[in-house]
Amino acid sequence: MPTVSMTVNGKSVSAEVEPRTLLVQYLRESLGMTGTHVGCDTSQCGACVVHVNGESLKSCTMLAAQAEGADVTTIEGLADGDVLHPMQEAFRENHGLQCGFCTPGMVMSALDLVQKNPDPSEQEVREWLEGNLCRCTGYHNIVKSILAGAQALRG
Amino acid sequence: MYQFNYQKAGSADEAASAVTAAEDGRFLAGGMTLIPTLKQRLAQPSDLVDLAGISDLVGIEDGGDSITIKGMTRHVDVANSDLVKSKIPALASLADNIGDPQVRNRGTIGGSLANNDPAADYPAAVLGLNATVITNKREIAAEDYFDGMFTTVLEEGELITAVRFPIPAKAAYMKFPNPASRYALVGVMVAQTGGDTRVAVTGAGQDGVFRASEIESALSANWSADAAKAVKMSDDGLNADIHASAEYRAHLISVMASRAVTAAG
Repeated sequence: MPTVSMTVNGKSVSAEVEPRTLLVQYLRESLGMTGTHVGCDTSQCGACVVHVNGESLKSCTMLAAQAEGADVTTIEGLADGDVLHPMQEAFRENHGLQCGFCTPGMVMSALDLVQKNPDPSEQEVREWLEGNLCRCTGYHNIVKSILAGAQALRG
Repeated sequence: MYQFNYQKAGSADEAASAVTAAEDGRFLAGGMTLIPTLKQRLAQPSDLVDLAGISDLVGIEDGGDSITIKGMTRHVDVANSDLVKSKIPALASLADNIGDPQVRNRGTIGGSLANNDPAADYPAAVLGLNATVITNKREIAAEDYFDGMFTTVLEEGELITAVRFPIPAKAAYMKFPNPASRYALVGVMVAQTGGDTRVAVTGAGQDGVFRASEIESALSANWSADAAKAVKMSDDGLNADIHASAEYRAHLISVMASRAVTAAG
């Protein structure tokens, strides 16, 4: 089997995988990093969103082999020890979740938004979340969390 | 997913040779349709030849009276291109409304056109703006390129290297997206380009993208939103599914064309 190597959350990693292995399987099954979730498995729900070379994408719709040599950031790479990342803290403060299953993808997607648009309007946040589904909250507190997280990151 | 071999190609020629040499080879562009298709076991290629990393296939070039977009250019890069935004804003806005941000970060113009999904947005841009599809073998006029649902005239081992869009005098694209998938229930590109009035419709036709000649005639005589809206399209040959009837899609074509004319000015 081919070996696929990349950097995940700042650490070099390497594992032998079949060519058909998805990036999300590589993260969860080869590396044991289960923070990235598989929701729909059909590229729609966004629970599996991670950053590859600084941009958000759905890790269930990319082969691990396509990420060879890439710099990957997952939800596990955000907190500084016990101190949550400001966007994670904003989700906690604003109760931007109920069951929490979609949350990793929501947070990773939100961070891609605020790096491109540090001061988004509520409408822009809602449009950006097109590819992230939540079946519990009705989105209101998620949108509130992202606006608060963006504000915290602007300082 | 079934098992397959995976390789990265260093150039368009190398990719074409690899696909041709394989038992059942497929090009892998952004993978936004191909990977979900493989996951559902709807395709079983022996080999995937990844085009990512071929730098000659990425970029947007100013040709003076045209813009050339290389085949592996992503939707996000078309949407954010200052050149496209200033010369063909209708095309930038179309790219900015494909799928969701994560799809736009991966999906490519060449991949979308090679797939020719009957509800994809780019086919309406190519046909409506009278673009030319450039492959590793030839140049194909928009009129000749599309060949029915999920079908094009591309041959085995033929790869889209770029698409050349002439700069239109006026153009706009309006779509009525499926609220869940963001694919076009109906999407209409209207344009005045090269002295012609063109109206291309995606999402509605059973055979994929087509030109609405009735609306083109009406707009040639009178370029106005009212003229487009007054055309009653036939529902013959239009899609009907759980999302919309053929009759509803026929109605939407005139409405979307009318809104596009307003947007184009």
